[in-house]
Amino acid sequence: MMRALFTLGPYAGLIAAAIAAYYLFPSNLGFVTTVVVAMIFVLSLDLVMGVAGISTLGHAALYGTGAYAAAIFATLVSADPLLGLAVGAGAGAAIAFVSGLFLMRAQGLTLLMLSIAVTEVLSSLANKYSGLTGGADGLSFTPGALFGRFEFDFYGQLGYIYAVCVFLVVFGMLRIVVASPFGLTARGIKESPARMRAIGTPVYWRLVSVYTFAGAIAGLAGALGAQSTALVSLNVYDFQRSAEAVIMLIIGGTGRLWGAVIGTIVFMTVHQVAASADPFNWLFVIGALVLAVVYIVPAGLLGLPEMVKKLTGGAR
Amino acid sequence: MPVCAICIWGRIMTEPLLSLKSVVAGYGRTQILNGISLDIAAGERLALIGRNGMGKTTLLATIMGLTQLHSGSVTLNGAAIGAMPTHRRAGLGLGLVPQTRDIFKSLTVEENIIAGLRGDATLEEAYALFPRLKERRRNGGGQLSGGEQQMLAIARTLMGRPSLLMLDEPLEGLAPVICEMLMGVFERLAADGRTTIILVEQHAEMAVAFADRVVILDTGKIAYQGSRAEVQADPAILDRFVGVGLSAA
Repeated sequence: MMRALFTLGPYAGLIAAAIAAYYLFPSNLGFVTTVVVAMIFVLSLDLVMGVAGISTLGHAALYGTGAYAAAIFATLVSADPLLGLAVGAGAGAAIAFVSGLFLMRAQGLTLLMLSIAVTEVLSSLANKYSGLTGGADGLSFTPGALFGRFEFDFYGQLGYIYAVCVFLVVFGMLRIVVASPFGLTARGIKESPARMRAIGTPVYWRLVSVYTFAGAIAGLAGALGAQSTALVSLNVYDFQRSAEAVIMLIIGGTGRLWGAVIGTIVFMTVHQVAASADPFNWLFVIGALVLAVVYIVPAGLLGLPEMVKKLTGGAR
Repeated sequence: MPVCAICIWGRIMTEPLLSLKSVVAGYGRTQILNGISLDIAAGERLALIGRNGMGKTTLLATIMGLTQLHSGSVTLNGAAIGAMPTHRRAGLGLGLVPQTRDIFKSLTVEENIIAGLRGDATLEEAYALFPRLKERRRNGGGQLSGGEQQMLAIARTLMGRPSLLMLDEPLEGLAPVICEMLMGVFERLAADGRTTIILVEQHAEMAVAFADRVVILDTGKIAYQGSRAEVQADPAILDRFVGVGLSAA
């Protein structure tokens, strides 16, 4: 009973927070939806970086591909949002699988550089094939009605509810995956690839699988992002998107999924407030935040209660 | 009960489980093993001993595919595995419990075992072998004592159902009572006849008492090999190669 409460409690908290945000920020639902989309994207990064230990600065490649796939699909085939999500997830997974085949053979700095290179290649391709992608002008489209019935409204109310539902499904699914033998072996690989090989895990293919799965999640986030703004432009492949996702993860804490959620909320809120207060120097605040977290709570904000507990325990 | 030397040689003559022929191996270009030839029969208990730095760990790592095989061949059940990746060797029935134990510290005891589960192996089997692990199943790998870590490392490897279990100094740094318990577990594993065991151990007396056959390595070569009875009958053998004298059995 208590265990079920501990398991379900945080979900109830998430739903309560989502409902509260809906009523607290009725005129800012567009921004809150962006935060939810970013949370899904950072969750995907957490699976790759926090759980499996794959260093990347090119996660935007998977996001952007999902976004473009959903937009092109909506323009050429069907505007159904759920189909668009599936197409975005499939495209993200496909590009992650193809790029993962060579990325997962690299490590460290080489891997970081290659992941950036993949994003740049995709960005150039999107620019080159402007007939399909809209090039520098971007590709605007109109998402269809949800379930063929509910139209996306101007205030972003349905878009927000839709994004929250997708987030809850993704979050729940990732929790199951991370706790499964598949997830455990990924965590084992992060700690000791050699040991995982010695107990029979095909490390390379397992990493490709994790990257592909994360690609599906990132692609889905991209598709959701595209549907919520009804526009995809080349900035979906921006290096900044990948780098900010890493910062969000570091702020929240890696490898535990909740860190991705908390880090994204904190980063985007601070970003929004700081940028509104000082549009020229807001990066100073972000930099200070990252420095503070890294030096004071290296495990991220998620490690804060544990640190406080240790400090108070030590004072006794 | 240990099997007699004639029986072991008889089995090797028919079909060795593992066969190494003129193996030269090491880390990168560094050569550690200088032409090792060794056959191991199914169900055999082999003690691999020698001074530090003589190549015992490297030999196990080479069998497992964790080093670079410069020349020679390694075969398992007659199939060449010298160029095979480590995970496939594990899939074929090789299991290595490393000296460093390599417990996944961020995983709980139960998660560590699950990460090693293959085929029809179950958690309950691991807990039956090491009841202490069941008591500690929710603890993190980093919260265990040395003995518990060793139990976990062994249990995790056994979950891969190895037909050849290689134990690299499993008793190192452990209390005598834990050493005794672990040796009891190795005895039980060997007694069922399905698991062949290579035991690398600094506690030479314990290793010799456990084994059917003793192989002594010196500077990457086999300096001596003989049956348990032969080694126990001549304490000078261990004294010469390992610097430890045995009281005659």
